[in-house]
Amino acid sequence: MSKTRNCIVFLLFLILLIAAVILSAHVGSVSISAKDIISIVFRGDRSNSVAYNIIWKIRLPRIVLASLLGGALSLSGFLIQTFFRNPIAGPFVLGISSGAKLFLAITTIIMTGLFNQMPVSVTVVASFVGSLLSLLLVLLFTGKVRNMSILLVIGIMISYICSAITDLLINFANDSDIVNLTHWSKGTFSAATWQDVYISAFIVLPTLLVVFLASKPMGAYLLGEGYAKSLGVDIKLFRIFLVLLTGVLSSCVAAFAGPISFVGIAVPHISRQLLKTSKPILMIPASFLCGALFCVLCDLAARTLFAPTELSISTVTSAIGAPIVIWLLISRRRKNEV
Amino acid sequence: MKSDKLRLDSLAVGYNGVPLISDITLSLAKGEILTLIGPNGAGKSTILKSITRHLATIAGTVYLDEKNMQTIKGTDVAKQLAVVLTERIRPELMTCFEFVSAGRYPYTGSFGMLTEQDREVVKKALEKVNALDIADKDISRISDGQRQRVLLARAICQEPEVIVLDEPTSFLDIRHKIELLGILSDMAKNSGISVVMSLHEIDLAQRISDKIVCVKGDRIAAYGTPEEIFSDDTIKKLYDIECGSFNALLGNIELASPCGEPKCFVIGGGGLGIPYYRALQKRGIPFAAGILLGNDIDLAVAAPLAKYVVKTPPFMTASSGDIAEAEKLIDSVGVVIDCGCPMGGMNSFNSELLQYAAEHGKTLIRSLAELKEAEL
Repeated sequence: MSKTRNCIVFLLFLILLIAAVILSAHVGSVSISAKDIISIVFRGDRSNSVAYNIIWKIRLPRIVLASLLGGALSLSGFLIQTFFRNPIAGPFVLGISSGAKLFLAITTIIMTGLFNQMPVSVTVVASFVGSLLSLLLVLLFTGKVRNMSILLVIGIMISYICSAITDLLINFANDSDIVNLTHWSKGTFSAATWQDVYISAFIVLPTLLVVFLASKPMGAYLLGEGYAKSLGVDIKLFRIFLVLLTGVLSSCVAAFAGPISFVGIAVPHISRQLLKTSKPILMIPASFLCGALFCVLCDLAARTLFAPTELSISTVTSAIGAPIVIWLLISRRRKNEV
Repeated sequence: MKSDKLRLDSLAVGYNGVPLISDITLSLAKGEILTLIGPNGAGKSTILKSITRHLATIAGTVYLDEKNMQTIKGTDVAKQLAVVLTERIRPELMTCFEFVSAGRYPYTGSFGMLTEQDREVVKKALEKVNALDIADKDISRISDGQRQRVLLARAICQEPEVIVLDEPTSFLDIRHKIELLGILSDMAKNSGISVVMSLHEIDLAQRISDKIVCVKGDRIAAYGTPEEIFSDDTIKKLYDIECGSFNALLGNIELASPCGEPKCFVIGGGGLGIPYYRALQKRGIPFAAGILLGNDIDLAVAAPLAKYVVKTPPFMTASSGDIAEAEKLIDSVGVVIDCGCPMGGMNSFNSELLQYAAEHGKTLIRSLAELKEAEL
């Protein structure tokens, strides 16, 4: 009964993901037919070199990056929701994105001051390091604070402090210097390269595996800390482990695509409602797949809805994600009233 | 010698290194039930949390099966000791079956997949607590009584030798309290599982436990069998009961008796006096009761509530002194209540008293309805 449901949901995710990938590769300023796409991708057909280059150099890396990072973001959302035992938490509530932004702002100002330029690779490294630094700060508190909601508030406060400092820096910077920063903070998958894909795959896929291996203690953790501990889970270690994995995944997203909003909150919720279970062993692959699907579609919308003007990815994810979160809040309230 | 399943050796428990209760030494054999009782905030939960390692102990040792618990691995402890906690559980979208099956954690492989055998154990645990019918229901949508049983099932399917429960009967109505304790007692007797728990219901604690620990102050106030513990004095002291009473033998609770000199005399017997005593207590009217045989059930309620009680030794008829005493009391009041107990044979003296009251012009009340109307 529930087994057939799970099979159907996973099959649905896979089919839709494949369809979304093909659709994404098909739509654009130059439309390429599905038949051509398949022959270009699988047979390396170079007869139409323009189409070949569009697919291999522009659309495909972008699609693969969107699905990898979308999956990563959604998975990190699931982890943080497990951690807080609250389905409305998102991966960026811990102050990770604002830490990344602050560090990026500092790096940008230093780089433009010294070398008068800010290469993309430095942007990626800077935002990744910034995310990890703010994550480190959160980890310090995780060890000390027993109460989860206090940790949540601390995360939000760290966000505010970082934003304040960032704004201060921006006030004293030249507009031209911080174009990069504004661009980053909106989030986008444009200009994705295969190199980006390789690096993020190198980070995301092993992390996915580690998360999957930890699904058993995660399931016990869902019962509450007291029960998890009585079953033999090392709570302190496990909490740090959860925050660390969340941080690595969302830092990677922040570095390559900027802080994409609402995916981390909304997508795990959609997967949970479709599967009708919280079991990590099912939820981990499901949220990853669903996140990939969601981001590929949102990215497609971002670049095609108002073409040739490209929207930032967060514009689309917020427009879809925020209503889902509202619906989630209301339906939870209703359930509690029953 | 029978070995102890669980033994605390001069344990000190508390928070942040500051001991709240020290020198706790007690032991529990296979299939025994040990209950902690004591006033709110006395530290019952603190002791239980220290046993289950949710709280670091400050001094002393907890032995599980004669092994120092500190030296046993977490999952190995989980195979021997399971808990039912008071912490709120609120997992999203989880069926009772899934929740209970989490108890198989120490036995399943690295992905936590349930084998056919695991499923069987989960089913049996649900069956034991009469919750098989709600196995597929969402855990957040069941009643308090059902939830408590599902929590117990989770502990049972861990196949432990010891189960620790923190106030398992709080928030349950009387039927569910009795049902839950019935399951625990059956488990202890028939499956040889030892039970440690805290209870607020001292009357239930007395009936289910093999050993009772009274927790109050910085030491264990008393520790022993229910027969040793449940003297009126221990309980009164433990809970600082200054008004009201607790009859340890019967588990009977009465509120404080009305103050002042008696305004009426109740002639009771055979349990028929009890509703009158309680009605008078509710209205705050002081009264005297008599003449009761020493073995009369009325005595258990009359003794704590009446200002004076005239009684005979068990199964003995009243002496002339008793009768004189009763007549003196009747003289001092305006109203005499006849509860309707048959009078003749051993208690024929009561009909003499009634006659005495009538002859001396006392108002006679013969029913609760009349008592309600009466001006006293």
